[in-house]
Amino acid sequence: MHAGIIFFLVILGSVLFHIFTPWYWTDVASNWGGMDDTITLTFWVGGGVFIAVCLFMIYCVFKFSYKENRKAEYKPEDKKLEKILTVATTLGVAALLAPGLIIWNQYVSVPKNALHIDVMAWQWGWQYRLPGNDGKLGTTSVRNIDDNNPFGINLDDPYGSDDILVMSDKINLKNNRPVKILLRSVDVLHNWYVPQFRAKMDAVPGTVTYYWFEPNKVGEYEVLCAEYCGVGHYAMRGMVEVQEENKYEEWVNEQETFASYVAKQKNIELQEKKLAKK
Amino acid sequence: MSEEFNDNKTIQAQSSEVMTGGAAGATPDMDYVRPAEIPEQDLYHAHSFITKWVFCQDAKVIGVQYFLLATFTGIVGLILSWLMRLQLGFPGLAGFMTAEHYYQFVTMHGMIMVVYFLTALFLGGFGNYLIPLMVGARDMVFPYVNMISFWMFFIAVAVLMASFFVPGGPTGAGWTLYPPQTILEGTPGSGMGILLMLISLSLFVIGFTMGGLNYMITVLQARTRGMTLMRMPLTVWGIFTATVLAMLAFPALLVSAIMMTLDKVLGTSFFMPTILKAGEVLEYGGGSPILFQHLFWFFGHPEVYIVALPAFGIVSDLISVHARKNIFGYRMMVWAIVGIGALSFFVWAHHMYVSGMNPWFGFFFATTTLIIAVPTAMKVYNWILTLWRGNIRINTVMLWCLGFIVTFVNGGITGIFLGNVSVDVPLSDTYFVIAHFHMVMGIAPLMVIMGAVYHWFPLVAGRMLDETLGKWHFWITFLGAYSIYFPMHYLGFIGVPRRYFEMYDSPYMTSAVGMNEFISLAAFIVGAAQFILIFNIIKTLKTGKAAGQNPWKANSLEWYTSTVPPEHGNFGDRLPVVHRWPYDFSVPGAKDDFIPQTTPPSEVVHTEVEKT
Repeated sequence: MHAGIIFFLVILGSVLFHIFTPWYWTDVASNWGGMDDTITLTFWVGGGVFIAVCLFMIYCVFKFSYKENRKAEYKPEDKKLEKILTVATTLGVAALLAPGLIIWNQYVSVPKNALHIDVMAWQWGWQYRLPGNDGKLGTTSVRNIDDNNPFGINLDDPYGSDDILVMSDKINLKNNRPVKILLRSVDVLHNWYVPQFRAKMDAVPGTVTYYWFEPNKVGEYEVLCAEYCGVGHYAMRGMVEVQEENKYEEWVNEQETFASYVAKQKNIELQEKKLAKK
Repeated sequence: MSEEFNDNKTIQAQSSEVMTGGAAGATPDMDYVRPAEIPEQDLYHAHSFITKWVFCQDAKVIGVQYFLLATFTGIVGLILSWLMRLQLGFPGLAGFMTAEHYYQFVTMHGMIMVVYFLTALFLGGFGNYLIPLMVGARDMVFPYVNMISFWMFFIAVAVLMASFFVPGGPTGAGWTLYPPQTILEGTPGSGMGILLMLISLSLFVIGFTMGGLNYMITVLQARTRGMTLMRMPLTVWGIFTATVLAMLAFPALLVSAIMMTLDKVLGTSFFMPTILKAGEVLEYGGGSPILFQHLFWFFGHPEVYIVALPAFGIVSDLISVHARKNIFGYRMMVWAIVGIGALSFFVWAHHMYVSGMNPWFGFFFATTTLIIAVPTAMKVYNWILTLWRGNIRINTVMLWCLGFIVTFVNGGITGIFLGNVSVDVPLSDTYFVIAHFHMVMGIAPLMVIMGAVYHWFPLVAGRMLDETLGKWHFWITFLGAYSIYFPMHYLGFIGVPRRYFEMYDSPYMTSAVGMNEFISLAAFIVGAAQFILIFNIIKTLKTGKAAGQNPWKANSLEWYTSTVPPEHGNFGDRLPVVHRWPYDFSVPGAKDDFIPQTTPPSEVVHTEVEKT
């Protein structure tokens, strides 16, 4: 069989695979549909270039395969053609870059009404903290973390005591309300990633990183760690549930504040001491 | 035939313009080449077996040594990839496979393939063998240092392999070795394994610097008479530029390896912030994990081009020779290589869009990254325009080149996805990335390596590799590798994260089970197919057809040595004198379809017919 035919079938197969693939992205469940659109645009432009280059190559393989009595053309350069190709490529690349940068600008500009969520990661698990009635999260330090203070909240920070602690790998979100995910890690790199939300960012020990999104589909989604964090990386999962406002408020009201947690812990300690005395 | 082809003066002007920008006309004056300015180098002539074949100072032998040792590590890397695919396609089938082992295999596979296989093979292997021959030198300028370079590489590989046998096994930190996990418990091999890795990398960099100085200075200082920079084969341009990149990039790797060693051994905190581990605060504080990532990728991104540029250069030469046509746009090709090399130092943080660095960097690095697509695209256009109106031999070498074009364009396009900052956000750390970089810097350079092996084996061994076996080798490898990595992109779209030992039963990941099985089967077949080449080489060494001088009718100097295979000193009594670029194929008016670089204008044999 002629080599050109096989190459042609490879290209044809790629196109058909792309059209009929059952494997494609999950339905987007956040405001980042623009990322999907940019991917689609890049697919059209890039895929078009890929197909054009390969078909041109295959044509040459058919048309100009070796003949004893034929001589190749002698043409070292063609300045005009090279110029046209350079300009066309530059324009194509700029057309892809522009939407990418526009969306990135949105990605790094967090809306003012975003709900802040402290996502704390360790080997290998997650827990979450929401601001209380004052609307602000208390500051934290790794050195403060112990049984009575699982989030390491600075005790002299007045914003901290009403913070809502979610000591579970599952967090609930309010539908159509932007959230700013504030990531921190107590040990190594992690990454709080929900494929349906599209967005992600590493959690880096020693600093707080962030990103934001606005969930817009009620439902439960799996959280995956997307930055290699040691041998338990693949098992570091969590859950998100996006709820309508009333259900979400119900859920929030069931959660414990830092102050009540501390009180509870002290109570337990007292009782333990009593038990020990008895 | 058109009229202009009948005019000899036009012909000479065309080719000489490109080569020298000099005068036109086929007068004997044009045969003049400036005399040599320095005397020829004295070579050390080895007599014993050990100085000839073991501690050898001949760049050709050193090149073959590099090639063989790199191939050995490559086979280790290949076996590791089989084990990984076994786990991913058929979890639980191999009873011994724990998560620890899996991550160790992933790490060692990555590091081996990028550094100890591809880099060593392209620069140490092809660089050593081809640079002196192609520029018309008798050897590298510092043969003794060159020998030490190989043996440093040997020790580096020995240390790396030793890490498989130390307590705790090799490091399983991922090839990027991101701290803090790299040196903390919870990552496999965080004791001896990582230390040996860091030592091995340091040794590699030291040895590589010795080789790299040789490649650079030989190209700059030891070219033969008439071999101007703009008459060098693109292979030499590619390897030369890659070496310059390596000289600038590897120090970043070296210092980060040293700093990490200090963090591990002495408890410094270059990369270590305050860390809580198993309820205890460790004695680290104030360091920055992101600093390591900057250093690593300042090395790591140019590293991609350290592998890619030699491949670009070599494939240009192979396409030109086997299409019997000059490489289209030679000057553009040279400047594209140099430009890509320079730009590659300004794009590193595109590996770090979601690393937690200041997100405003994203604008800068997305722009620089997409700019680099322009000279890269120009190279692709020039390769296919070289095929246009050529006289293409569809032999094994050309098949590998065509396979390279398909896989490289495919991988290059997916690079535009990942380079375009906000598109990278959903795709980073997924299988899309795995598919992209294997296609663009795994399979594509491998296609070039294989093409180069089939092309230059007749020079190295004096015999022609079997074409039928070669074609089987190509088709199984190309079709197999393409069906591994093309569908893998779509796993990334689903959102399947990389470096997962097991997928479990996430609803959208269960659909990937069938594809994972298919990919694994393809990987086993492609890996096994590589042994066809080894069989072919053994068979050819015994019974292969003698190659004779210049079997491909190429123009560059390596085919014009005094003997085939070339001896120590390469060129016999007299060094060749160069009169033209290496791409004078199918020159109108010339009798043969190739004019060697050593042929002066007055000696070109013209066709009689065309003068009528």
